Amino acid sequence: MGDFTAQELTAIFVMQGFSGLSLFCVFLLMALGLAIIFGQMGVINMAHGEFLTLGAYITYLVSYQASEWGATALTWYFPVAIVAAFAGTFALGYLVERFMIRYLYNRPLDTLLATWGLGLILQQVYRSTFGPREKTVTMPDWLLGSYRATDMIDIPLNGLFILVITLVLTVALFALLYRSRWGIKVRATTQNRSMANAAGINTDRVDRLTFALGCGIAGVAGAAFTTIASTGPTTGSLYIVDTFLVVVFGGAASLLGTVVSAFGIAQSQSILSFFWSGSMAKVFTLLTVVVTLMLRPQGLFASKVRR
Amino acid sequence: MSNAMILEVEDLGVSFDGFKAIDALNFYVERNELRVVIGPNGAGKTTLLDLICGKTRATTGKIKFKNKDLTKLSEHQIVHAGVGRKFQTPSIYENLTVRQNLELSSPGGRTVLSSLFFRRTPKLVARIQEIAETIYLVDELDMSAGLLSHGQKQWLEIGMLLIQDPELLMLDEPVAGMSVPEREATAALLNRIKENRAVIVIEHDMDFVKDIGRKVTVLHQGKILAEGPMEKVQSDERVIEVYLGH
Amino acid sequence: MQRLIKAFGGTSALIQIAVIAAILMVLLPATTEIFRLNLFGKYLTYAFVAVGLVLCWGYGGILSLGQGVFFGLGGYCMAMFLKLEASTPEATKIQTTPGIPDFMDWNQLTELPWFWEPFHSFTFTVFAVIAVPAFFAWLIGYAMFKRRVGGVYFAIITQAIAVILTILIVGQQGYTGGINGITDLRTLLGWDIRTDGAKYILYYACCIALLLCLLVGNFIINSRFGRLLIAMRDQEDRVRFSGYDVANMKVFVFVMASVFAAIGGAFFTLQVGFMSPTFIGAVASIEMVVFCAVGGRLSIVGAACGAFIVSWAKTSLSDSFPQIWPVVMGALFIGVVMFFPRGLAGLVSDYGSKLMPGRRSQSKPSTDKPDTASRTSSNATPQEQA
Repeated sequence: MGDFTAQELTAIFVMQGFSGLSLFCVFLLMALGLAIIFGQMGVINMAHGEFLTLGAYITYLVSYQASEWGATALTWYFPVAIVAAFAGTFALGYLVERFMIRYLYNRPLDTLLATWGLGLILQQVYRSTFGPREKTVTMPDWLLGSYRATDMIDIPLNGLFILVITLVLTVALFALLYRSRWGIKVRATTQNRSMANAAGINTDRVDRLTFALGCGIAGVAGAAFTTIASTGPTTGSLYIVDTFLVVVFGGAASLLGTVVSAFGIAQSQSILSFFWSGSMAKVFTLLTVVVTLMLRPQGLFASKVRR
Repeated sequence: MSNAMILEVEDLGVSFDGFKAIDALNFYVERNELRVVIGPNGAGKTTLLDLICGKTRATTGKIKFKNKDLTKLSEHQIVHAGVGRKFQTPSIYENLTVRQNLELSSPGGRTVLSSLFFRRTPKLVARIQEIAETIYLVDELDMSAGLLSHGQKQWLEIGMLLIQDPELLMLDEPVAGMSVPEREATAALLNRIKENRAVIVIEHDMDFVKDIGRKVTVLHQGKILAEGPMEKVQSDERVIEVYLGH
Repeated sequence: MQRLIKAFGGTSALIQIAVIAAILMVLLPATTEIFRLNLFGKYLTYAFVAVGLVLCWGYGGILSLGQGVFFGLGGYCMAMFLKLEASTPEATKIQTTPGIPDFMDWNQLTELPWFWEPFHSFTFTVFAVIAVPAFFAWLIGYAMFKRRVGGVYFAIITQAIAVILTILIVGQQGYTGGINGITDLRTLLGWDIRTDGAKYILYYACCIALLLCLLVGNFIINSRFGRLLIAMRDQEDRVRFSGYDVANMKVFVFVMASVFAAIGGAFFTLQVGFMSPTFIGAVASIEMVVFCAVGGRLSIVGAACGAFIVSWAKTSLSDSFPQIWPVVMGALFIGVVMFFPRGLAGLVSDYGSKLMPGRRSQSKPSTDKPDTASRTSSNATPQEQA
């Protein structure tokens, strides 16, 4: 590190830190959906990455249509794309729960295998529909360019945008789970299914909506993802292992833990990759997480429960 | 004093996130004694057994079994020391036969290698037969354990402990969910197996307690409320208060 | 004698193995040319992994999504030896530094890294093929099972380890050959492994090793230890409170599964002539689970057949219809998990018991309730219940 001045180092940290923030956003957006599905329902959804990809492709389709319609449409298509991405993935998630997952509750390892199979099929469907090449979304003008904080620090606007989406979504999810009636139902169902049933909660419906919601969030994540990278058939699956580690590392049932661990993992990968090669940064980060999990299997945020 | 006691629990305490499930508890069991532990829900009865058998780790205090401190041992070492524990819900291996259930519980073949090269001896076969007779399951020996009735599963689990010949046997609500005839059979079973060993039974069913119990310990909020013969405990004002007061 | 037969699973299990042996060692060599036979040999190497997974996942309930790690470690150990033998100073005299593997030279390495040195010795290599993966598995298993990590958590963490190792190998090109792996392997102790004759011999060696693994697997599941595995899968606490050190048992079965995988990996390198990180990663590892699931997670022989059939289908389908294979594979996985949790072996034995009632109950009493077994095979760990 001796070759850098203090000022340069600060700039590096800020900019790498910022690019880490984009990674953090992808991790968190994906992990939030997973944390709901896994943390609340105990289902391992290996096809979660494919839901993100679907959201990204839907965004691509909307942007493609918008560019046909002209400049005004292109400026304002993004909110529409987010809604469409959410709706599309929510619907797919609903169907998957209805026809597959519901038969596999209490067999977590089997859900893992079945959803992995689903992921394979979806990837191939994307490949056949959109081709193997990566698709890039036409970005609205207001997302291009960057904000120059100082001479040396340059922050891209699309990065800021995805950060805002992530924050809004996280807060909304917290509110939904911990402040709404529906959230109470979800938590009641996860903590004691038969009691929740007896209390008049339609647990089947709660499961279905919870799963669909988790998938819908992945769809929004996909929409946001298009602003920082292009989309290919296997885009989502590249992040699935990392994201699972994020969820487990944070302590599966804790949303706050998910946020903190997404931040930690993304930042350490990003900052370390400036000093080492990207692959070694990733190896080091993941290894740290795995070793930590071996020492503290319950994750960072989990309380001692009487059982 | 120490010689007559097989189990000495002193100043035992455990807390879960600040909630004291067991609080500064002193509890002694003699050799060849059958002790019944009663108490309202949440009194800490099951937690006490969890602590003795090592499922839960104590925050404070000592558990001495034959003058050996159990709090430092791991679960299987505690079993090797001579403590057997039956769980509240019958926990047996439903995919194996009754015979295999008993055989797996027998001592010997407890390490990886010895279990790989384990051979059934005539002595073990005879022992399994004997246990099966004690627990009324001779005819079911080659039946898959998953097909047993609830009461039979409870007996099978008791049998799985008996085959280890433990010096201290702990039973958590052995008659829960049993019919009246099954309950009577269980009482007879307990009266037979309490020879030559100490037994701790947790029970809610007062009639059953009267059938088997001499000395009763009443737990309440993690502490001992009363201890003594059944008649004395039953007339204790504080016990009546706890059971009937709310 | 009677006792010995019983220890290996009884007459019917031995007949199954004998049939497999006849197909592999007589029928296939007699009817196929060496090019195909060599491919079959490659598929057989996955059967080693599948047999290990039956022990560890089907019986023990421990799903490892990182079996590729052990397959790869075994394969890499063998490949390192073969590569060193192929990199004599004469053969590599055009390099800047003759006598080291070509990829090291391309990556500006000027001397052999220390961990490559012992692989000059064949004895050490044979030892390492078993010991390195076994040690690795012991380390992972010990750390996790002592802390009672199981179920989904174990699956995720082993998968992460597979990913980490892949990135590491790809990233450290100079030491590992990177994404291409270790290629251009020629001789084993001076014996050219690329000739047809060598391929026959290696194929037979692979068959014999596999049959031995099948026997060992059968021995394990028919011992008291095998019944303990089922017991642990279904009622872990009861086993613990019957005086067993559950963690030790799990570590052992996981190490066994890894050793099987490693032997498969070593034979892969020998028969295919290279080893690369593709066989280690998350996708390869989970494919190995598919092999086992399709064949039957509770049947040693079934899983071995599953590995063979599925990887054969994979090669033929992905050659002629590359776009269809992933869909078939995915559908196969979903279908097996949802409708046939006992895989092909389950179908066969159901069909068989319809034809010959009562036969099945004699042959395998311990797995006679596979329907309930598959339902409880993925028993929740304490962590999951929290």
